Amino acid sequence: MQNYLEFEKPIAALEGQIRELRSVGKETGGVDIIEEIHKLEGKVSQQIEKLYGNLDAWQKTQVARHPMRPHCSDYIKALVDDFVPLSGDRLFSEDHAIIAGLGRWQGQRVAILGHEKGADTQARVKHNFGMARPEGYRKAIRVMDMAERFNLPVVTLVDTAGAYPGIGAEERGQSEAIARCTDKCLQIGVPFVSVIIGEGGSGGALALATASRIVMLEHSIYTVASPEACASILWRSSSEADQAAAALKVTAQDLSQLGVIDRILREPLGGAHRDRERMMADVGMAVSEELAQMASLSRRDLIDQRRQKFLDMGRTGIV
Amino acid sequence: MNWIKNFVRPRFPSVFNDRDETPDNLWDNCKKCGEMIFHRDLIAMQQVCPGCDHHMRIGAAERFKALFDGGKFERIDVPDVPHDPLKFKDQKKYADRLKDARTKTGEKDAVQVGLGKIGGRNSVIAVQEFQFMGGSLGMAAGEAVVTAGQTALAHDAPLIMVAAAGGARMQEGILSLMQMPRTTVIVQQLRERGLPYIVVLTDPTTGGVTASYGMLGDIHIAEPNALIGFAGPRVIQDTIKEQLPEGFQRAEYLLEHGMIDMVVHRHKLHEKLAQLLDLLMGGKTHETLPAE
Repeated sequence: MQNYLEFEKPIAALEGQIRELRSVGKETGGVDIIEEIHKLEGKVSQQIEKLYGNLDAWQKTQVARHPMRPHCSDYIKALVDDFVPLSGDRLFSEDHAIIAGLGRWQGQRVAILGHEKGADTQARVKHNFGMARPEGYRKAIRVMDMAERFNLPVVTLVDTAGAYPGIGAEERGQSEAIARCTDKCLQIGVPFVSVIIGEGGSGGALALATASRIVMLEHSIYTVASPEACASILWRSSSEADQAAAALKVTAQDLSQLGVIDRILREPLGGAHRDRERMMADVGMAVSEELAQMASLSRRDLIDQRRQKFLDMGRTGIV
Repeated sequence: MNWIKNFVRPRFPSVFNDRDETPDNLWDNCKKCGEMIFHRDLIAMQQVCPGCDHHMRIGAAERFKALFDGGKFERIDVPDVPHDPLKFKDQKKYADRLKDARTKTGEKDAVQVGLGKIGGRNSVIAVQEFQFMGGSLGMAAGEAVVTAGQTALAHDAPLIMVAAAGGARMQEGILSLMQMPRTTVIVQQLRERGLPYIVVLTDPTTGGVTASYGMLGDIHIAEPNALIGFAGPRVIQDTIKEQLPEGFQRAEYLLEHGMIDMVVHRHKLHEKLAQLLDLLMGGKTHETLPAE
């Protein structure tokens, strides 16, 4: 069944009416009912257009976290042929919060890394809601190292609330793992594209998103702290999350203006979850385009340009 | 007490720090054991409680004096960065918070950079001040770390990073997060030039600072009992709803778990740094310290 977000209530009401009319129509089959359904469907599109054309930062946060939004594993299934998942950091354990593997992205051999939140309760628990422990980042380091040695471009799909805050994670060096992973991102001499497909939460996202090219989906977010965490610290109440989201400037549009991301990818009308197939196809194309643009660069240029990009960030273009 | 004589006596008292001019008759008390200590004595003790050895927070100027040979150093200017790029406002304007912090500390932002000698060797020290908005890493602090690294590269000198921060400066949003890769780039440049990068973790160092330059050192030193971690203890407790183990995220705990090389008392820090730099870099012999 369709999941409606709080601000989608007007859409939910109209679509509810349509469903009712359909079930009545099945029994009676009246022409006027079919016309009425058409009219309502027109209204639904209008309503979606109106709402989604003007989403505020907090609404986008909700869309970015929508449970039906395509997740990392969906993109891999749809876009990557010959996918071979790789497991383990060789040091402690396997972390299902980060998926890693090799495959062919629209024909091109690549290494893929991404946070997986999971689509149902069982999967969410298995993947720890996409919140990685040090092992996840150390696995990513291992795979990036290998990608560099075999000259494979790296594609990362970012979707996490953040790195997991737990006792074990701290004992095993969560901060060291994130620092080393970001460090590795800035050291590999291969084309590297990152797509923020949903939620880019703080250091846990950054560790996979320090890429040559950073693409954000239209309604995804990328932030230093979750709006809830920011609100509870600065407003002393997590119920001010909507204000915090606006103040933090978390949307793709904001980040593009701040020069932090390179490209915004439009989402289907009403968000990625309303037309998953199209969204995934568009991501497939966009990543291939970005990789193609880097194909002729040397290893040294790839590393130097990536480092320079981050070194320059925030130095220019902001008043 | 040889160390006081060697490193602490303020030989150039008036140059840098207005805060040193607090009247002599002021008392401080140790937050841990409650002992009352003369303010001036506390400065001589580098803010370490003479009663219980508790390491209190220490300002950048005092830190520089304690770590550079003979307390002699030169401040390195950090280029200006855009202030308040997001025009951030929570219950208070970020611009006002910044102004308050500047008035309170007399510093431009949270990280200060100094150039001097350690064991006779040109060295750069960057000090993060918790007193300045929780030491938080924003564009200015990031720029200071980058400047410190560039200064080290220019002088073929090692970089000592004395870290302390709650984490990223939220009021600068994503631009504060981006200081993590920015500072990482400068650490990489030092690494590639074969210059030592030593991190001194002080109380507290958490969040984006540990998850970037704070954990990328060739050598990690921590001050006794310093809180060091990624997530703060309260966040972890709220997530897992369990009691945290004794000494969790303290320097000694990190030492046991392999995240740092050593825990060093503040009074021994200069000596230890000089020794490490000598062992790592060799070559140059010690020049004599300026005569008393």
